Amino acid sequence: MSGIPHDHYEPKTGGEKWLHRRLPIVGLIYDTIMIPTPKNLNWMWIWGIVLMFCLILQIVTGIVLAMHYTPHVDMAFASVEHIMRNVNGGHMMRYLHQNGAMLFFLAVYLHMFRNMYYGSYKTPREVTWIIGMLIYLLMMATAFMGYVLPWGQMSFWGATVITGLFGAIPGIGETLQTWLLGGPAVDNAALNRFFSLHYLLPFIILGLVIVHVWAFHHTGNNNPTGVEVRRGSKEEAEKDTLPFWPYFVIKDLFALVVVLALFWVVVAFMPNFLGHTDNYIEADPLVTPPEIVPEWYFLPFYAILRAFTSDVWIVIAVNWLSFGIIDATFFGVLAMFGAIFVWALLPWLDTSSVRSGRYRPMFKWWFWLFIVNFVVLTWAGAMPAEGIYTNIALIGTTYWFAYFLVIMPLLGVLEKPTTPPDTIEQDFNETVKAQSGKGGGSGPAPEQVPAE
Amino acid sequence: MKLRTLALAVAAAAALALPGTMAEATKVKGEVTNFSFSFQGPFGSYDRNQLQRGLQVFHEACASCHGLQYVAFRTLSDPNGPELPEDQMRAFADMYEVWDPALRDWRPAEGNDHFPESQFEGAPDLSLMTKARAGFSGPYGLGINQLLKGIGGPEYVASFLLGYTGEEDFQAGSMFYENKAYGGWVSMAPVLFDDMIEYADGTRATEEQMALDVAAFLTWTAEPKLVERKRAGFSGLIILAVLGSLLYLTNKQIWAPVKKRAKES
Repeated sequence: MSGIPHDHYEPKTGGEKWLHRRLPIVGLIYDTIMIPTPKNLNWMWIWGIVLMFCLILQIVTGIVLAMHYTPHVDMAFASVEHIMRNVNGGHMMRYLHQNGAMLFFLAVYLHMFRNMYYGSYKTPREVTWIIGMLIYLLMMATAFMGYVLPWGQMSFWGATVITGLFGAIPGIGETLQTWLLGGPAVDNAALNRFFSLHYLLPFIILGLVIVHVWAFHHTGNNNPTGVEVRRGSKEEAEKDTLPFWPYFVIKDLFALVVVLALFWVVVAFMPNFLGHTDNYIEADPLVTPPEIVPEWYFLPFYAILRAFTSDVWIVIAVNWLSFGIIDATFFGVLAMFGAIFVWALLPWLDTSSVRSGRYRPMFKWWFWLFIVNFVVLTWAGAMPAEGIYTNIALIGTTYWFAYFLVIMPLLGVLEKPTTPPDTIEQDFNETVKAQSGKGGGSGPAPEQVPAE
Repeated sequence: MKLRTLALAVAAAAALALPGTMAEATKVKGEVTNFSFSFQGPFGSYDRNQLQRGLQVFHEACASCHGLQYVAFRTLSDPNGPELPEDQMRAFADMYEVWDPALRDWRPAEGNDHFPESQFEGAPDLSLMTKARAGFSGPYGLGINQLLKGIGGPEYVASFLLGYTGEEDFQAGSMFYENKAYGGWVSMAPVLFDDMIEYADGTRATEEQMALDVAAFLTWTAEPKLVERKRAGFSGLIILAVLGSLLYLTNKQIWAPVKKRAKES
C-alpha cells in the first residue's frame, strides 16, 4: 500500500493461501500495521491514536446512551436523569460521553497544531489534510447536535443561536433556518432530527478516518525534520524507518494510557468542571439565560463570530459596498466559516520550500503567536460580548486571518530557512546521542519538542 | 533603583486599573461562603446522618413549595445515600400524595414513585439545584476558583438560605426579600429559623446547621452516584497506572536495541 519499499505478507499455510487468493484481507491488515514509520517521530505524533480511541469511545458510549434516551422535548431531560440515576453504570457512560467529546477536541487541536508546526499538510499530503479538515467539520456538527440532546437551557439556547446564524443569510436565510429546524423555532422536530444526525455523522467520520489513514499510509508519515524517507531500496528505507508494529504501537499505547489517566481524573472527580451549570436546568423557551456560551472547544470561533459589531469599520465598509445586504451578523457568520476555510487552504497558502518549522527561524515565532492567539480567542469567546472583550476578539480575529492570508504566503519568500539534516537516520542518531548524554557533542543539539 | 520604583508604580497602577475595567463586565453578584462539606475532594463521601437531617429539613421547610421530581422515594434507601431502612422509607413516602393516572385520583406515594413536582410556578424543582448553580467563578473567566474551591453549587444553596439581610420590599402586589448570596431581591421568604425543627438524632437545629444539612441532601439528590463515581475513579487509576508502567517498560525494552545502534553509529 505504501510507497516506501517494505516486506509484504506472504501466505504460508494452505488455509492462508486459500483465503489470500479469494480475499487478501490478512495482507491488507499486515501491510497496514507494518507500515514503515520514520524512526524519529516525537511525542506529538501520538494524537492520532488518541483520536482513534476517542471516536470508538464516543461511538460505544453513544450507542449505549441511545438505548436509554428519549428524543422528545417533554421527556429528553428526564430520560438523561433516568440514565444518571437508574441505568446500571449510566452515570459513568454519560460522563464519559460528555467529557469524551472534550478530549476528542483537545486531541484534534493538538493534532492539527503538530501538523501546522511540522508542515505535515505540505505536498504530497494535502489530501490527508483536507480529509482531516472535513472530519473536523463533521466533528463540530456532531458535537453541536449532541449538545442539544440533553435538552437543558444551554442546549436549547445554543441551538437557537447557532441555527439563527443560518437565518442571518440574506434572502434565503429564514427559509433555510425553518427547513433545518423543521419548524419556526427549535422544538420537537429539531430535537428529533438532531438525534438522528448525531447518530449518523460519527459513522461518516469513521469512514473518513479510514480514508485519512489510507491517504497517509500511501504517502508515508511526515516526521519532525520534514525530510522524506529514502525510497531507493528496502535496505535504504529501513535505515530511516521502523515498522509501526511493535515500535510505534507500544509507544502510542503508552502515551494513550497517560492521556487516559488524566481524562479519568476529570471524569471521576470533576465531571462537570468544563460543562455549563445552566444545562442542568430543563430547556425553557420563555426564559433566556443571562449568558449563552458554547462548549469550550467552539469558543475561538464563537469569539470570531461575535467580534464584528456594526461599529467596526470593515463591517461598515462591506455593508455599504453590498448595498446593505451584508450586515454585522452575516459578516460575523462569514468570518466564522471563513476562519475554518482559510485553515483548510493552508497547504496552498504556505509558500515555504522547507517543510518542518524546526528549520524556519521566523515561522516559529508566528506559529507560537498563533497558538497564543488561539488560547486568547478561546478565552474571549467565554467572556461577554461587550467592552474590551470584543476589541480583544477583533485583534485575535485579525491575527487569525493575517496568519493564513498574509504571513504564510510572505514567509516563504522573506524567510531564509536553515538546512535540515540529509536523512532521518542522521537526525535520529544525533537525537539519541544527545539524549543519552554520552557520545554526543558531535552533531548540533536537537531542538526541544514543543510543549506537549 | 529609580527605575525599579517607576516600574513598581506602573505595575501597581495597571493592577488597580485593570480589574476596574473587567469587574464591571464579569458582574460577580452574590456573596457565597466557601463552606466545607464531607463529600468534597477526591476522598469525600456523603455523611449519612447529615443526609437524613437534610431530608428532614427538606420535608419540613422546602417541600410545601418545591418539588424533587427526578428523585424516587426508593432511592432514599440506596447505599451511599440517606440509607433509610425500607420500612421507614415507605412510611416517609406515605406522607406524600401523587397523582395516579390509572386511578385518575391522588393516592399516597409508594417507594417507586417520585417526589412530587413543585407546587407553583415560582418555586423551581430542587432535584438538580446544586448542579445548576455555580457559587464560584473567575477570575476573568479562567475557572481557577472553580478548580480550587469546586463549582460551588451546595455552597450557593447554603449561602442563599443564610443570606437574607432582613430587608423587605413590597412591589406590584408581592413581597420581595433581599438576599446577599443572590445579590438582589428574591420572592422567596426566609424559611430557616433557629430550633424550628427537632432533629431526630439530637443535633441542635441552628440556622447554619439546617442550611448545610439541606444543601448536602440536595447535593445527593443531584448526584446520587457521587461515591460510586469516585470509587470507579480510584480503581480506574490503579488499573491505568499498572498498565502504563508495563507499557513504559515494554516500550523501553523494544526501543533499547534501536537506540543502542543509534548511539554506536
